[in-house]
Amino acid sequence: MIKVISANRAIAEAVKMCKPEVVPVFPITPQTTISEYLAQFVADGDLRAEYIMVESEHSSISAAVGASGTGVRTFTATSSQGLALMHEILFVAAGMRTPIVMGNANRALSAPLSIWNDQQDSISERDTGWMQFFAENAQEALDFVIQAYKISEDHEVLLPSMVCVDGYILTHTVEPVDIPSQEDVDKFLPPYEPISYLDPKDPMSLGTFTDPDYYMEARHDMEVAMEGAKDVIRRVNQEFEEVFGRKYNLVEKYKTEDAEIILIAMGSICGTIKTVIDRLREKGEKVGLLKVISYRPFPQEDIYEAVKGARRIAVLDKNISFGIGGVLFNEIKAKMDVDASGFILGLGGREVSPDDIISIVEKTKNPTTETNQINWIGLKEEE
Amino acid sequence: MDIPEKEFLAPGHRACAGCGATIGVRLALKMLGENTVAVSATGCLEVITTPYPETSWKIPWIHVAFENAGAVASGVERALKAQGKDDVTVVAFAGDGGTADIGLQSLSGAMERGHNLIYICYDNEAYMNTGVQRSGATPYGASTTTSPHGKESFGENKPKKNIPMIMAAHGVPYVATASISYPEDFMKKVQKAKEIEGPAYIHLHQPCTTGWGYDPSKTIELGRLAVETGSWLLYEIEEGEFKITYRPLERKPVNVYLEAQKRFKHLADKEKEKIQNYVDQVCAELKI
Repeated sequence: MIKVISANRAIAEAVKMCKPEVVPVFPITPQTTISEYLAQFVADGDLRAEYIMVESEHSSISAAVGASGTGVRTFTATSSQGLALMHEILFVAAGMRTPIVMGNANRALSAPLSIWNDQQDSISERDTGWMQFFAENAQEALDFVIQAYKISEDHEVLLPSMVCVDGYILTHTVEPVDIPSQEDVDKFLPPYEPISYLDPKDPMSLGTFTDPDYYMEARHDMEVAMEGAKDVIRRVNQEFEEVFGRKYNLVEKYKTEDAEIILIAMGSICGTIKTVIDRLREKGEKVGLLKVISYRPFPQEDIYEAVKGARRIAVLDKNISFGIGGVLFNEIKAKMDVDASGFILGLGGREVSPDDIISIVEKTKNPTTETNQINWIGLKEEE
Repeated sequence: MDIPEKEFLAPGHRACAGCGATIGVRLALKMLGENTVAVSATGCLEVITTPYPETSWKIPWIHVAFENAGAVASGVERALKAQGKDDVTVVAFAGDGGTADIGLQSLSGAMERGHNLIYICYDNEAYMNTGVQRSGATPYGASTTTSPHGKESFGENKPKKNIPMIMAAHGVPYVATASISYPEDFMKKVQKAKEIEGPAYIHLHQPCTTGWGYDPSKTIELGRLAVETGSWLLYEIEEGEFKITYRPLERKPVNVYLEAQKRFKHLADKEKEKIQNYVDQVCAELKI
């Protein structure tokens, strides 16, 4: 059924159909409406879940770990400062191998305080052991939540997932979304089967203390699981297509095959880039886009395969690691031998226009010593 | 009182000789029984009972972090409810630091939301796991590594934070104080907490041989001295009704308690008098 809804609504609809049994949440702009929709679903009896309105994000993720550790499917959602407050427990959730799924409304981190979009929040959690999937639109947000449960709960993976949607641009903008039937979701997503969980009939200790004899192996297991998750994602994408007809992969290639210039980006900005590419192609310019959907696990093989034929690459980052530049740019440079320029843009909700994308293409085509460094797009000139 | 023989905390854990915390947990678990899930905050108890791949816990047990035992227990309780396992008791154990300081918000949230769980604070009056630093529950006059006595200091200069009363202010159905040295009183309170629907809070006073500075054989004796001198009170608040559950026949001078411990050894008479006056005042109000 097609409905015109926001990405937050799409996430809530997806969660409802995935039937989590415990949902601890705490409000934060621009995530709040996800929590509100879920509260209403529970109030109306449309979602049979224990909804816990906790007193902080630290407690929402802590309660989620407790619930997941007890063996039930769990969902939570947050944004920005809330995600940063969860930081400590994000590591624990992944280390304890709890397959929690979380919606993150990408928003800038303070200070200065900003409620608007960039992707600094989830990028800053890249080392926690969570998988991160970036949606371009509301449809993807819905589809990624449903798939995230299947990927996270796979016994070869057992790592938590974050479905990331750009604040306001997606969370509060409505667009047509195909909402699948409950029957199809049930067919695609089997009930969660936990391996280790709290049960008086079979007591076990979870979250124990380790000495140097064991810690490294536990971390190595997580690395193996994260790398292995790529194949699981490919398989789940395939199964998803068979049931719902929509095709996904770790990355999306948009007119990359013959492209001389390829832009690499994540999230809603990819929509703008596609429009610009279509226009430039009409003028005969061979430009393409490589959209990174799965930021963790990091699909370096897929990225390289798609961009290796291009003359030059532009990597767009809505985040910055001070002193070194955009994180995605640096990871791509570290992992593959490509000629790339990095661009920082859209921080704290700074508008990114089609003209900005065109200027990125121009700078990438004709690099100077300067444009090979960190390029800030849309920065106001000092007076 | 019939004390169940079955043990749910196995021996061989890494606690110090004379550890008061493990005595408390052992007694509590006897009353709670096997149909129980335990949550621990980071701290002595977690570290000494679960050195991977070993565990002392014969019941299901989970630890997540230092400051979130209340929230983790909330998630466990609701998950059990969702699974239809309403008969399983959820108990959280946290030290005084994990309760009075870093875990207070999480605990407050859990109490206020009305989860059906028992929260037991094992109070040894300082951060013992990290080597005796002051907490909000450290008593007036105690010397710790971060409230040391010295030329210009007599040690901790603030009275102990009154967590049981803060819990009572949440309006939860059951709040109690207890001591490991009064096992029957404590175990009856655990039993009550188990039977009551909704959140229950028990603040368990337990001497710490390492942090307080006394011979490991004297743990129970120290706990008794705390109560017999009126330095620690045993009471319960059931549905808002306050009741003293133990009155010493004759209250001993506080000095007996203070002088038995290294942490108070440095105190001048002036400070000891202050402590005695404070105890006298509280006991007079409660007719102890």
